[in-house]
Amino acid sequence: MSSDITANDRPHAHDEHHDHGPPSGLMRWVFTTNHKDIGTLYLLFSLTMLLVGGALAMGIRLELFEPGLQFVNPDFFNQLTTMHALIMVFGAIMPAFVGFANWQVPLMVGAPDMALPRMNNWSFWILPFAFTLLGSTFFMEGGAPAAGWTMYPPLVLQGADNVPFLIFAVHMLGMSSIMGAINIIVTIVNMRAPGMTLLKMPLFVWTWLITAFLLVAAMPVFAGAVTMLLTDRFFDTSFFNAAGGGDPVLYQHVFWFFGHPEVYIMILPAFGIVSEIIPTFSRKPLFGYESMVYATASIAFMSFIVWAHHMFTVGMPLAGELFFMYTTMLIAVPTGVKVFNWVSTMWRGSMTFETPMLFALAFVVLFTIGGFSGLMLAITPADFQYHDTYFVVAHFHYVLVTGALFGIFAGAYFWLPKWTGHMYNESLGKWHFWLSTISVNVLFFPQHFLGLAGMPRRIPDYAVQFADWNMVSSIGGFAFGLSQLLLVYIIWQTIRGGEQATDEVWEGAHGLEWTLSSPPPYHTFTEAPEVR
Amino acid sequence: MLSNISRGTAAGLAAMFTMFASSGAMAAWELNLPVGVTPISREVYDLHMLILWICVVIGVVVFGAMFVSIVLHRKAAGHKPAHFHHSTLAEILWTIVPFVILVALAIPATKTLINMEDTSEAEITIKVTGYQWLWKYEYIEDGVSFYSSLAPSSRSAIYGDPWEVENYLLEVDNPLVLPVGKKVRFLLTADDVIHAWWVPALGMKKDAIPGFINEIWALIDEPGTYRGQCAELCGKDHGFMPIVVEARSEAEYKQWVAAYQAGRKTQLAATTPTSQ
Repeated sequence: MSSDITANDRPHAHDEHHDHGPPSGLMRWVFTTNHKDIGTLYLLFSLTMLLVGGALAMGIRLELFEPGLQFVNPDFFNQLTTMHALIMVFGAIMPAFVGFANWQVPLMVGAPDMALPRMNNWSFWILPFAFTLLGSTFFMEGGAPAAGWTMYPPLVLQGADNVPFLIFAVHMLGMSSIMGAINIIVTIVNMRAPGMTLLKMPLFVWTWLITAFLLVAAMPVFAGAVTMLLTDRFFDTSFFNAAGGGDPVLYQHVFWFFGHPEVYIMILPAFGIVSEIIPTFSRKPLFGYESMVYATASIAFMSFIVWAHHMFTVGMPLAGELFFMYTTMLIAVPTGVKVFNWVSTMWRGSMTFETPMLFALAFVVLFTIGGFSGLMLAITPADFQYHDTYFVVAHFHYVLVTGALFGIFAGAYFWLPKWTGHMYNESLGKWHFWLSTISVNVLFFPQHFLGLAGMPRRIPDYAVQFADWNMVSSIGGFAFGLSQLLLVYIIWQTIRGGEQATDEVWEGAHGLEWTLSSPPPYHTFTEAPEVR
Repeated sequence: MLSNISRGTAAGLAAMFTMFASSGAMAAWELNLPVGVTPISREVYDLHMLILWICVVIGVVVFGAMFVSIVLHRKAAGHKPAHFHHSTLAEILWTIVPFVILVALAIPATKTLINMEDTSEAEITIKVTGYQWLWKYEYIEDGVSFYSSLAPSSRSAIYGDPWEVENYLLEVDNPLVLPVGKKVRFLLTADDVIHAWWVPALGMKKDAIPGFINEIWALIDEPGTYRGQCAELCGKDHGFMPIVVEARSEAEYKQWVAAYQAGRKTQLAATTPTSQ
């Protein structure tokens, strides 16, 4: 269980003249090996990509506002949906969580930095290059990739010049993730302060340790899948071509063997963040700490044996369909355990509802709704009606937006005062919360109805019986998009100034990071803290 | 005076409701899966409702507890925090109980799935081939074969006014005609990329994969017109390759096949519109 931790890292007089602040100028950011700087780079990068991916989504919802095609042609619409997903998954959600890991893991385990600081720098700087490459495909002849972020062959191989650039970008992103994951594992395993046993680590550190193992296991498989696409396209192999003895479904198996752990990579850190926030604002310890650790590990293990639930309609043998139905249903058990533990943490606490807590509570409710639609999707015979419809789109946006993204928002508000030394504007934070929460539900809840009514996904135009809910959803989309501009303003304002934050920041905050000043010194824990 | 207004309002609303209902605009604002017209689609609907209700009940309990806690256990109300932070019994219970619920769900789901995958003893076989961006239907026993594409009336409305066209984006030039009451087996394949053949009212969807053949079956109970769409991204006109199934009595079906074989494409007698 998480225990009382004291730390000993006030800047002592004899330390002060050894400490130096950060170097000045732009090159600081290019050459930094400091986990705080690199964390900041990841977070600002991911915020930018969130806005870019969001702009593409606004284009999608604009075209879907009414039946008929008013704004884009069908091929460009497919480019919008493909790039929206690629940018959000690989440019916004994953880098945001890596940013949190960079800032928080060394602080939370009492380490002076990540284990491999130079590799850490390169892990970040690959990203802007990869996304410039990917984004540049919009301006190539034939346009950006348009076969969905899942890139199924044969369709993806019909793409024009974008295909090799897409594959190369994916390889770069994979390298960045794998290197980052190795760094996190080595840091957590090797550099914890004395006294911090594994079962005393904050849950956020546990969720990132487990996520890092998922990354190391899954990303190379993704690399394999896209390399086979590359050789099928340019070097006359037939991995996915029946005429040459191959099978398009092979790609789907390899992709989703990566793809399912990938979605857990995108949610486990959010589970960790929420597990830090709810106890803080309930002024009560996390309920069932060990249980939470085992549940997270179970989810991670099981994430490797459910992949074909993304492929129930490919024509698998009955035994395969049954196996994946059962394992997919089973994964709901440890997920439910986590939800019950969060609620038990709140129960009979002494709660206050600052913005981090608001987002954390909304996370629990709305992610659970996403979990329910996921359970429905797990039932194979029913899935035949839901698959490739807006019911799936609703499901994954609930778990990814009101799940992962709200977890990121919660963590940002929670730790911004620590990182910047300034309290964010609480009243504006609450505005951002309520505007986002209401609009996101207007945006995505009706998509359940659209899917059940029969609307397929990835279509730019639809039959008129789908018009009403599409209009509602689009209005929610525009409102949600606009609300995020408020977030950008709040963050910018907080970086520039605001009420000075204390060390503890939040009454009820426990953990090594809250023993440091706000902002912490450029180098922290150069001497290991004492952990009881 | 107020009661006059409320009576007038009620009458007006009733009139609007009738108007909307009869014009088919009640098809808008759809909330739920259709029951469909095959034994499988009905089983699937029942499974769907079962899992939906289980989720609703669990949601009400969990969110209810959260709501109560948010109201009662707040610092502003003076509530002091308790210190408990574990209970092995609780962990065991809320692992076992959900597990049991899942097993209860898995049993009917397994039965339905086994039933769905049993394509044996079909009386008619239709080979369906997906193309970019249309379908081809071949009646294996009867030697009928034709292509089925988006109707011109829809195509011309895409950049115009969709509301002017009946069954916009869900109308084809040559629908698939099938008899009711007979087990029909569909062999699905594709010519270029992966497509998927899906008619919600039939309760079954499967991918059409180039170089491979997938099988599904349906036994349609009620005559009518059932509309569906391609359900796997297949390129720019993925949204514009619908499916229309015309289910008719066996006699009408045999007549249609005979006429087709004789080289005459007959116009089917219109039936009353069926919800799809």
